Amino acid sequence: MTAIRKVSKSPWVVHFNCNSCNGCDIEFLACLTPIYDLERFGILHVGNPKHADVLVVTGSVNHRNARVLKNVYDQIPDPKVVVALGVCASTGGVFADGYNVLGGIDKVIPVDVFVPGCAARPEAMIDGILKAAEILETKRRHPETLPAGQPVITRTPTAAAPAV
Amino acid sequence: MIPLNPAIEIALLIVLAPLIGALLAGMDRKLTARAQGRIGPPILQPFFDTVKLLRKSPIVVNRMQIMYAYLHLAFMILALVLLVRGQDSLMFLFIFAFSTLSLVLGGMCVRSPYSRIGSQREIMLMVAYEPILILLMIGLYLANGSFLLGATLATGKPLLLSLPLLFIAFLVVVAIKLQKSPFDIATSHHAHQELVKGLTIEYSGPYLAILEIAHFYETTLLFFLIMMFWVTNLWIALALACASFFLMTVVDNAFARLTSIWTFRFMWTGALLLALTNILWFYL
Repeated sequence: MTAIRKVSKSPWVVHFNCNSCNGCDIEFLACLTPIYDLERFGILHVGNPKHADVLVVTGSVNHRNARVLKNVYDQIPDPKVVVALGVCASTGGVFADGYNVLGGIDKVIPVDVFVPGCAARPEAMIDGILKAAEILETKRRHPETLPAGQPVITRTPTAAAPAV
Repeated sequence: MIPLNPAIEIALLIVLAPLIGALLAGMDRKLTARAQGRIGPPILQPFFDTVKLLRKSPIVVNRMQIMYAYLHLAFMILALVLLVRGQDSLMFLFIFAFSTLSLVLGGMCVRSPYSRIGSQREIMLMVAYEPILILLMIGLYLANGSFLLGATLATGKPLLLSLPLLFIAFLVVVAIKLQKSPFDIATSHHAHQELVKGLTIEYSGPYLAILEIAHFYETTLLFFLIMMFWVTNLWIALALACASFFLMTVVDNAFARLTSIWTFRFMWTGALLLALTNILWFYL
């Protein structure tokens, strides 16, 4: 007997591009096309954070856009979940060592789901957003649900190429 | 049909009307998805959306905004009751117009420029479609000899036969009121972004749900208004209304969004000409 997962039936997504190269954004928009069709799960892409439940962020955070990201997050009514799409939004990615880059978006707002990848594949994104929909339902029942832990950076990009 | 106690009839109507509207909206979304080669959301999706919105925490910009959302809903319900009880058609028009006006005022009382522009466009749309509705009621009077909406039933003659051109003009009004594609310029259905969300941008959570429920009532109201054109036979009336709503979905998918000035010009030339021709017909 399989346990029935409690998944939110209508998670509305607002998409915010922090500092992305647009690779993840294009893949995310591909999720809405007939091939992947996110709407079959009741997921809608809304343009307005006040109508949204899920904040999908692509790209790393820097000093300039941290305030904007926080503002968009604050405008979403509770309960809300955040999905970090792509490795840049998760940890900063190849830009992590940049002098202006703060790192992943978890430096600014609490993140619930990390979807790594450069760029993340639409299948992985759909999995991530459905996981977020599950967490959304959990948060509605238990408002004290904690965000996910921080992702572990397994390899830091260095200036010198490693000796082969 | 068994004559019901008016109080029970009104209570039934208030409970069932939003359910019919939500089902129609769900079928519209499913059909649109199928037309685009997608699987689409379940037909009950509008119910899930509304329940979710009602459970979200409220964020309010100002108190007036909430009052106008409730007024929009209340006047929409009243207009529907007037229609189904066969009351005075002119009073019905005033109440229906005031419901839309409450929505406009709600959009105007916040500082978001998108909301303001959306409200101005909604006023433009009202100016565009109200003459057609007034001519429809005049046509109703000329056909039935009474301004009472219920008089259609008494004459026993389908309205569509005496008002065919007005019916075509009225279908365009339905497309405007249902926010269908060439005319969804003031606000739009979710995921059809125009002005981000136009008129309803500053509403969130339960107050957005109130607007959605009011829109379900409005959908039912328009469905019943179309049924009024063949009120003598329930099955033909249902078929007519379903065919009209199917046409709306097709039009929504076939057309690109146009400007408010274009809508205004179209309504005051093409649609108005059709309606006036139909009125002149009675005097020939």
